[in-house]
Amino acid sequence: MAMLHLVNKSPYDGSSLNTAASIMKSGDKLLLIEDGVYGAIKNGKSAALLNGLNVSVLGPDLAARGISEDRLVDGVTIVDYAGFVDLVEANEKVQSWL
Amino acid sequence: MSDTKKFMYINRKAPYGTIYAWESLEVVLIGAAFEQDVSLAFLDDGVFQLTRGQDTRGIGMKNFSPTYAALGDYEINKIYVEKESLEERGLTLDDLQHLVWEDEDEDYAEKDSIRLVSRTELGDLMAEQDVLFNF
Amino acid sequence: MKLTIQVNEGPYQHQSSDTAYFFTKAAIEKGHEVFRVFFYHDGVNNGTRLTTPPQDDRNIVKRWTELAQEHNIDMVLCVAAAQRRGLVDEGEAQRNGKDATNIAPGFRISGLGQLVEGGIQSDRLVVFGD
Repeated sequence: MAMLHLVNKSPYDGSSLNTAASIMKSGDKLLLIEDGVYGAIKNGKSAALLNGLNVSVLGPDLAARGISEDRLVDGVTIVDYAGFVDLVEANEKVQSWL
Repeated sequence: MSDTKKFMYINRKAPYGTIYAWESLEVVLIGAAFEQDVSLAFLDDGVFQLTRGQDTRGIGMKNFSPTYAALGDYEINKIYVEKESLEERGLTLDDLQHLVWEDEDEDYAEKDSIRLVSRTELGDLMAEQDVLFNF
Repeated sequence: MKLTIQVNEGPYQHQSSDTAYFFTKAAIEKGHEVFRVFFYHDGVNNGTRLTTPPQDDRNIVKRWTELAQEHNIDMVLCVAAAQRRGLVDEGEAQRNGKDATNIAPGFRISGLGQLVEGGIQSDRLVVFGD
């Protein structure tokens, strides 16, 4: 019963990414959207939260914020809105960490 | 009962500073009529929703905290409060309302609705749900 | 898959309504069924007929209206949240003695039961908010 976790807030602005990362089970997926994409910037203090997690990032939100793919931690998958839909379908349910 | 789904209403925000706590409760109350397998989770700042002694007269808002005490009457008796969130915020179970329900299978014996769980246990509970509501 | 989408925030203030819109559109394009889009909290403000966004920016309300009409999507504004925030259709105007309506085409006002029903009937509930 894998879950898709959505985080839409910057980890530097609140604790949603921290809570999500610490409660996720193995097999769960994390998708960073909107301001949540900042959490995937390598060398950022919050990047360590993503260690060992299956992480995707919404490409349009990265581009909007001027973050190029080479600025991200390794192993992150970039998806578009169609990929977002696929992630929802592939996981049993969605938890939005608002 | 093959149509029954496990619904969890997740509360992570403090009351009064924003409307989410109250409007989330409104969904719970309406949802009770649909006879699904309901539980509520309180974590992060959501634990503040359950504190005793809320007096809202000075801020001119309706005090909706008595509604939590009524949940037992709606047969909602699985109220999970996350330990780590309480501790981080300097709270204990004694700071929260004592929420109860009456078990008609045991002669209406009064039982606690609040179940203190660890973050890991809450994660396990969330994994068992069919639908997760967030506000 | 059958989807219910919940939108918790109003247009422009948060990105939620935009993200929800693009997600919903992508789901339809992939052939999925959108059971309902339910607007709650300030999300009901996505249903106002009276916005005049700048010409060089997206028209969030109109975009939802067009998506709903093109694909026959059920878009519901929660009645309790709408009453609080002043979103009014004919029925509400009469019931509550209001001298105007302001609901945009493609939206209807109904109860929280519609959200709960969405959770029961759909394969996935996806919540967009703050």
